[in-house]
Amino acid sequence: MKITKEEVEYVAHLARLDFSEEEKVKFTSQLNDILMYMDKLNEADTAGIEPMSHAIALQNAFREDTVKDSLSHELSLSNAPEARGPFFRVPKVIE
Amino acid sequence: MAYEPVIGLEIHAQLLTKSKIFCSCSTLFGAEPNSHTCAICMGMPGVLPVLNRTVVEYTIKMALATNCAINESCNFARKNYFYPDLPKGYQISQYAQPLSEHGYVDIEQNEGRKRIGITRIHMEEDAGKMIHDEHMPSSYIDLNRTGVPLIEIVSEPDMRSSEEASAYLKRLHEILVYLEICDGNMEEGSFRCDANVSIRPRGENAFGTRTELKNMNSFRNVQRALDYEIKRQQYILESGQAVIQETRLWDDSQGVTLSMRGKEEAHDYRYFPDPDLVPIVIDESWVAEVRKNLPELPLEKRERFMRDYQLPSYDAGVLTSSRVLADYFENVANLSGKPKAASNWVMGDILRFLNEEKREIKECPILPQSLAEMIQLIENGTISGKMAKDIIEEMYRTGKPPKTVIEEKGMVQITDEAALAKTIAGVLAANTAQVEQYRGGKEKLFGYFVGQVMKATKGKANPQLINDLLKKMLTAS
Repeated sequence: MKITKEEVEYVAHLARLDFSEEEKVKFTSQLNDILMYMDKLNEADTAGIEPMSHAIALQNAFREDTVKDSLSHELSLSNAPEARGPFFRVPKVIE
Repeated sequence: MAYEPVIGLEIHAQLLTKSKIFCSCSTLFGAEPNSHTCAICMGMPGVLPVLNRTVVEYTIKMALATNCAINESCNFARKNYFYPDLPKGYQISQYAQPLSEHGYVDIEQNEGRKRIGITRIHMEEDAGKMIHDEHMPSSYIDLNRTGVPLIEIVSEPDMRSSEEASAYLKRLHEILVYLEICDGNMEEGSFRCDANVSIRPRGENAFGTRTELKNMNSFRNVQRALDYEIKRQQYILESGQAVIQETRLWDDSQGVTLSMRGKEEAHDYRYFPDPDLVPIVIDESWVAEVRKNLPELPLEKRERFMRDYQLPSYDAGVLTSSRVLADYFENVANLSGKPKAASNWVMGDILRFLNEEKREIKECPILPQSLAEMIQLIENGTISGKMAKDIIEEMYRTGKPPKTVIEEKGMVQITDEAALAKTIAGVLAANTAQVEQYRGGKEKLFGYFVGQVMKATKGKANPQLINDLLKKMLTAS
């Protein structure tokens, strides 16, 4: 096994996802298959090869430091489940 | 047992770019909530962040100013966590490949200079601002700050006292402000500091368990929080207990650090390279270009002022506390040719006038040329130092050059010997008794005569000339 049910529960918690027992078992098995498949990639010899973070060979994509129009705050808030005045309103969180 | 604190600081500095790090929204502070937001900084699906080139340039500047090595290639990573001020569910930061590493700054302590290592400097985006409702179970979110560029500067655990930590913090602050890449405003949050602190028995090499301190929004509070925390940990160890590794908040009103308690679960940010952003490659020519435009840094300037202008270390420190002030002083020093006098007038009268009105040196009504001219007028005897005190006040009030003030007030110093001799003769004639006593050996009375002559000339006479003439005339007959 590449991954345990406890690890699936942990990852689900980090993603704030709530699964039933049944789902946990199913996802453990599915993730296990995926990770087994990934193992195949480990068979390739990568000695002396720099890890890459992108598939395209592009670097230094920049924009100049210029200000353009933002959205109006009405538009910014238009998708918000709850708003109050110019603010988004969320359940109180203090950490 | 004697304990030794071990302190490392993490500093977040907002960069003074016009637009945000990955979108073109304005970074201006104080706008209407959520008015500087767009699909990119609010993390709408399907948008593409594009890096602001100036952010890279400013970070290279800071890296060079703090002797860091600049990595040829670096990239951005996603730091994943959920919090309402972070709309995407991750913060774009740098992790495995920061822009720069392995630097240092020197701080000055009573015992001499000490080198503090810098682990890394990396770029990242700021989060939004939360306002908590005092009466309702609600928080209000303003995303204007989301995506404002930050650099995080992480020090080595090289500081051994709160004073050293404070000196390091001030050094980094002054460098950032000198480079004009951060406004350094701690109250508005453009310069923030978290501290890691532990203590260990003196002589011990292993580190003790550390706590992380947050919420210190002034230099003074950083030092107070560290002093409190060092004492708290010492008390725990001395009573045979163990320090718990945790994050603690500084409470300014009570002057204590408080545990954040609750779910202090270990963070697992699951960093991975951000697929939306391509690697950044910084070649030597870019570094050389930034280096060429690097201004003289505060410590170098201080040393040059001491060397070239023969100023004491204290004066050099005050005068280089800001670039504008240092430039002002240098102009006055060079135009007048009298650096020490320039330093005295700038540090004394000019800074006092400005402080009284809480004004900045760039708003000073007295131009450097005017102050230099006034110093020359003292040097060539046109006015006395005492007269200059009144003249400079008038110059500050009106912004007029010294010669105009002098003419308007008729304040030219009496340097005409004949005229002054006549005045002195008058003073002596009116004080015959004292003259007798002086000639009888009571030489202390000399000062009295000087005072009388000053009074008769309303302070306009050249003091040296009064001395010479008085001596001559008192001993003459």
